Amino acid sequence: MLTITHFLIVSTLMFFIGIYGFLTRRNLITLLMSIELIINSVNINFVVFNRYLYPGQLQGQFFAMFIIAIAAAEASVAIALIINIYRRFTSIEVDDVDEMKY
Amino acid sequence: MNYYYTIWIVLIPFIVFLLTGLFGNRFKPIVSGIIGTAGLFTSFILSIYTAWKYFFVPGGETGSFDTLIAFKTTWLQVSDKLIIDLGVLLDPISVMMLVVITTVSFMVHFYSLGYMKGERGFARFFAFLSLFTFSMLGLVVATNIFQMYIFWELVGVSSYLLIGFYYERPSAVAASKKAFIVTRFADLGFLIGILLLSYYTGSFNFSDITNPQSPVFTSISSVSFMGMSAITWSMLLIFMGGAGKSAMFPLHIWLPDAMEGPTPVSALIHAATMVVAGVYLVARMFPVYAFHAPEALTIIAWIGGITSLFAAVIACTQYDIKRVLAYSTLSQIGYMMLALGVSGYGGEEGLGYMASMFHLFTHAMFKALLFLGAGSVIHAVHSNYMYEMGGLRKYLPITHFTFLIACLAIAGIPPFAGFFSKDEILVAAWYHNRLLFSLEYLVAGITAFYMFRLYFGIFWNKERHYHHTPHESPLTMTIPLILLAAGSAFTGFIPFGSFVTSDRVPFEPEMHLSIAIPSVIIALAGILLAYVLYRKESMVSKKVSASLGSMYSLVYNKFYIDEVYLFVTKRILFNLVSRPVAWFDRHVVDETMNRIAWVISVTSNKIKGLQSGQLQHYAMVFVSGTVILVLIILYNLTLS
Repeated sequence: MLTITHFLIVSTLMFFIGIYGFLTRRNLITLLMSIELIINSVNINFVVFNRYLYPGQLQGQFFAMFIIAIAAAEASVAIALIINIYRRFTSIEVDDVDEMKY
Repeated sequence: MNYYYTIWIVLIPFIVFLLTGLFGNRFKPIVSGIIGTAGLFTSFILSIYTAWKYFFVPGGETGSFDTLIAFKTTWLQVSDKLIIDLGVLLDPISVMMLVVITTVSFMVHFYSLGYMKGERGFARFFAFLSLFTFSMLGLVVATNIFQMYIFWELVGVSSYLLIGFYYERPSAVAASKKAFIVTRFADLGFLIGILLLSYYTGSFNFSDITNPQSPVFTSISSVSFMGMSAITWSMLLIFMGGAGKSAMFPLHIWLPDAMEGPTPVSALIHAATMVVAGVYLVARMFPVYAFHAPEALTIIAWIGGITSLFAAVIACTQYDIKRVLAYSTLSQIGYMMLALGVSGYGGEEGLGYMASMFHLFTHAMFKALLFLGAGSVIHAVHSNYMYEMGGLRKYLPITHFTFLIACLAIAGIPPFAGFFSKDEILVAAWYHNRLLFSLEYLVAGITAFYMFRLYFGIFWNKERHYHHTPHESPLTMTIPLILLAAGSAFTGFIPFGSFVTSDRVPFEPEMHLSIAIPSVIIALAGILLAYVLYRKESMVSKKVSASLGSMYSLVYNKFYIDEVYLFVTKRILFNLVSRPVAWFDRHVVDETMNRIAWVISVTSNKIKGLQSGQLQHYAMVFVSGTVILVLIILYNLTLS
């Protein structure tokens, strides 16, 4: 029997894996993937809380839908940015993109 | 009766100013001139119509002229009590001033079409003239002292712009700055006076402050400060503003220099309208002076008397014809101030008030005429100096004739306008103060002398060598001369006592032959003296001036007042006040600020490495911050 705890454990793991990836990876694409992980962990939380705590309502599910849509938009913008960064720096290493320092 | 339209008298010049000022360089210059003149003509007609309606169509049943608020709008509401309006107030003096200003301004506009022809900045000139007319009209119809102050400053600005019209000429620039600074300094007094007065009365509106029946007026009371009541102080300070604009001694120094401006400007601003603003101000506040600050009136009378004598003496020695006229203006305004100073309130007592306004009216006519005539002469011989003129009566017949009328008017020869108004002033002075009265007799003689010195020097005397034969000015210039000459000749017959009096109840001033006849004789003596000395080229005048020696050079150098001012400002003020203050500013104020800036720049240099540009550093900081916050919250939760 799956309880709410199981789901929350999974989403927490995803969240911290995402954070870890965001902080340690050097490749911008990987960073983007880490962000997706974080977003989806939140998504899982929404759906799970909705399902287990307020089964008669749908807000959480709708929220998840919205987030999926926005994540798609965000991913496309991010990839466009990354392409431009590649053209400018001929690299997508995050260390190389440090023009905005002091 | 409906006077709502009077707002247009004021607004038309403003609209003209916007038109010619903003789009002036898109038209041909002459178009700007015509727009300006046509606009002023409309205002002129409206003013005449208003005056006719106000004075001749019976409205009030009391037999006195009412104060009407023709238009009013709230301009600024600072609090429930402190409300500043803009509006149009009509009473005898403001209606009279509307007529004077629009008449002279219209004449000057018309005259300038000829005089300024072909000058660079023709459109700019007309724009400034309209701006000036607008501000002056706004000043005289002010419903409250604050509105008056606003327009007072606007008048100052337009005067500054017009004096500095020939801005390529360093002397014009210096003169405009001088005029602005001196009048601005005086206006500081005016402002403080306004604040004091409104503090004690709780009102800005003339209908409260200057109406002897209003509760505000009767309940004016104030503390005493240094031997005089605070109201007297405030009225003196307000007079200081008036003295600055009206160039009363010792704030007169800017007016002679203001002659650097084009001659029509001198006629309009520095003879007929703006410089009488001070007289108008005192007249406007007159009930307050008469009932609450009689000491201030005495001071005004003496300052007026001293200025009239002092300026008349200087005028005898000057060679620049415009400067002679400038000093004569000072002297005549001194007369007006004196008349106000010796006046009482109500009925026959208020003779001085009525005489002052009468003289203001006639003076505007003949002084504008004198200046325009001088402009016509300057136009013909291209010089300002008397010793480069002479024998011009053959070449400039119209100018000669009109100038003669103006000289007779200012000298006080009957039946010309100046005689009647000056006579009233002398009568008023006779009843009040014999010393001032005899002073004015003397000044009347000197006035006749220097005016005819000018007249004989320009139109008779020896003919000089001219570069080209002088010729009479074009019609645009001679028509205003003729019209103003008619004004100077006949305005004296206006029964002014029926229109403008201190308490608005008409009365019939008597002729005092015992005072009038000696004054005419004195004036004739002055003319005769001038005739003997300047009719032909003679050495007598030179000998006289040489025998006076240092006295003469003292007067010729205008009693060294300018030098005194320079000494006070450069040696005393600059050294004792400005330099220490400048030192304090540089070494204390600036240094503090520099130190603060230095500390900040050093600190930021040290910590700028935090801004590494590395995305992941920022994210790291962000995440650790969040984690710390979460830990703190959890810790607090477990505690509670």
